[in-house]
Amino acid sequence: MANPTGDSIAFARDTMIPPREPPARESGYVKWMRENLFSNALNITLTVISILIIFGLLRAVVPWFLNGVWNAGSLSECRTIIAERAGPDASGACWAMVRERWNQFLFGFFPMDQYWRPTLAFGLLFAAIGPVLFAGQKEKLNPLFLVVTLFLAVTLWLASAPALAFALTAVLLLVLFALANTAPGRLIWFTAIYPAITFFLLWGGSIWAPVVAMLGFVIIAVTYRLTFERLGVVVATALGAVLAVLWWLFLDHGVAQAIDSVIPIGLPAVASDQFGGFLLAMTIGVTAIAFSLPMGILLALGRRSDMFLIKVLSVGFIEFIRGVPLITLLFTASLLLQYFLPPNTNFDLILRVIILVTFFSAAYIAEVIRGGLAALPRGQYEAADALGLDYWRAQRLVIMPQALKIAIPGIVSSFIGLFKDTTLVAFVGLLDPLKGVTQIVRADINWKGIYWEPYIFVGAIFFVICFGMSRYSMYLERRLKRDHR
Amino acid sequence: MKKSVFIGTLALASALAGVAAADTVADVKARGQLICGTNPGLTGFAAPDANGNYQGFDVAICKAVAAAVLGDSNKVKYVPLTGETRFTALASGEVDVLVRNSTWTFSRDTDLKFDFVAVNYYDGQGFMVKKDLGVTSAKELDGATICIQTGTTTELNLADWFKANNIAYTPVNIADDAEGQRQLVAGACDAYTTDASGLAAARATMADPQNYIILPEIISKEPLGPVVRHGDNNWGDVVRWTYYALVAAEEYGITSANVDEIASTTQNPEIKRLLGMDADLGSFMGLDKEWAKRAIKQVGNYGEIFAANIGESTPIGLARGLNAQWTQGGLQYAPPFR
Repeated sequence: MANPTGDSIAFARDTMIPPREPPARESGYVKWMRENLFSNALNITLTVISILIIFGLLRAVVPWFLNGVWNAGSLSECRTIIAERAGPDASGACWAMVRERWNQFLFGFFPMDQYWRPTLAFGLLFAAIGPVLFAGQKEKLNPLFLVVTLFLAVTLWLASAPALAFALTAVLLLVLFALANTAPGRLIWFTAIYPAITFFLLWGGSIWAPVVAMLGFVIIAVTYRLTFERLGVVVATALGAVLAVLWWLFLDHGVAQAIDSVIPIGLPAVASDQFGGFLLAMTIGVTAIAFSLPMGILLALGRRSDMFLIKVLSVGFIEFIRGVPLITLLFTASLLLQYFLPPNTNFDLILRVIILVTFFSAAYIAEVIRGGLAALPRGQYEAADALGLDYWRAQRLVIMPQALKIAIPGIVSSFIGLFKDTTLVAFVGLLDPLKGVTQIVRADINWKGIYWEPYIFVGAIFFVICFGMSRYSMYLERRLKRDHR
Repeated sequence: MKKSVFIGTLALASALAGVAAADTVADVKARGQLICGTNPGLTGFAAPDANGNYQGFDVAICKAVAAAVLGDSNKVKYVPLTGETRFTALASGEVDVLVRNSTWTFSRDTDLKFDFVAVNYYDGQGFMVKKDLGVTSAKELDGATICIQTGTTTELNLADWFKANNIAYTPVNIADDAEGQRQLVAGACDAYTTDASGLAAARATMADPQNYIILPEIISKEPLGPVVRHGDNNWGDVVRWTYYALVAAEEYGITSANVDEIASTTQNPEIKRLLGMDADLGSFMGLDKEWAKRAIKQVGNYGEIFAANIGESTPIGLARGLNAQWTQGGLQYAPPFR
């Protein structure tokens, strides 16, 4: 009945007309521009003004970037080169400063021949947080470990690490690969011993100090295993903690020294005051992030607890810390604590700062998590009770997974804020990347007078790290999306 | 109650005894290292180079003391201190000596319980302006906007001086030297004021130094020097006389290059005493005979230190001025070694 022209019957067609392209003004970028940029007089005006502003900015900034000089020995040399190349009035960036001093921005005064140690610690950091970030997902862990392996292979070679370090790292990564493909759950043990490895890599000294210190945690675990059925979770943990503290206070040092005198293995010790730049920011930031999350969870639970004393202590801690600016806490760490400690005790400044930054962050995390807890419907608590779960099991299996999921954006933005706040340690004389290192670079007569370049360099690195954290939190939110909204 | 008071008294007494018996020379020797509080970055005075080694005019004093006490000018641990943390760090014993371009003032000497043992640099506050402003004297700055670092003695000096001269100014607050330099170049302020040594360094690193002038008026006295705690006078003596040994060495023409030669050939009794040839002056301070000789040999005399770090042959190009030897019309004057 139908023919190819579709006009079998004079007054009705029974075939579809092939679809036509939409008119030019209703499709593609033309449509987008018309709707978003030029929809009415006000928008047209604003668009034109914005384009002019952007053009003006680019005209000032782009030549500055394009005239950038990478090979020079001082700022005045940079200026000469720029004047030669682009004319006497041209301005340009002097990236030669970054080229000469990048190592101080990254490592501070860490001994140059030991750069492979923080580099290795940094690479392993990703291997250690992998099992936490991508719990048990082989298809995510394998590429992650591959990237870590490639990164370490290149950077360790560049930093001319000793052959033994290469060999040990290779063995370690092979074990991690094997575990990821056979028993990914076990990888969490690597995460648990990572702090000890990092401590050893960064500060050096005898290997037995961190090993013996980790035994304290073994003591906690063993005591807990042996006694929790009779004494309950809280008392068993507390007992373990007391024993561990006794171990750390009285036996730890002696045992470590004794073993070290028999089997001396170690790396050259690096003092805390040689830390600086991003090494310092990462050390403070990562440690504080890692410890403030569990501490924040406990504080949030404490604040909602029915037990009067625990509640009062938690509220007091949270409100005190939140009520005080971070700088005050840093000054407390740097100045006040010295007066309380016995004379000639040398309690490491970085350690003091890490402790107070952790407290600061924990107080904020606690409130974010409390928000997550408050958002859970009451029925979830009652359901957990109805299942016959005790308090800790209910928290672990029912409440926390949901509350933490709700709190993810808040937690991650606290962490991003914390990481950026590490630059405030400049005010207590630590060598942070933004102010501390920039100041010493500018104090060099060769680079005095340089202004934007260090800020841009440091800002770019901060952006990469913080943007990475933010993207991960978005990924996590998508993956954990279980609701039916 | 009685008992706790007793114990408290005992604790206080032992704490006081601890302070009274402080023997920093012994502590430093036992530690094998001098802990020196320093500026983390002040051009020419103290700054780490690309390899992380501190260099500078103030740093040289630390090195000289280490050479005198420990025999090796490299046995120094530098603790970078900010303007806020420097005095607490010294008072709490975190550093042995503070050489951080600190101005000797009455209240710091008395109220804060420190001793300024010497003045290694006589500085003063000055002004830098653009040449095309057409100003040749600070007294013509009536109504000018002036870039000034907040929270420093320079801020107070500025207010005092303008009040005394009965002229007005508008302050533009800046955080650090880099910003001051930047604002002056950008024209955000007519004049930038800070210590004259800092102005000279800033001007030297401008893209167009010929377009800036430093006005002749110096409106304040800024005697900068090494500081030690009250309570250990012997340690103060060590730092003071190590410094004076460097000053005296310049006066007598002893340099790091010729110190050995002079020690073996000189007939001048003062030089012989200084270099430990005849008398054993070091033993009065708990040091050995050759303390001064080592300091001079390893660090150089005052003039050498000045020339190497901030002198006219360096880009900073400071003239000796007040810091010349007293024989040259300056204020650097070492008491006799006798």
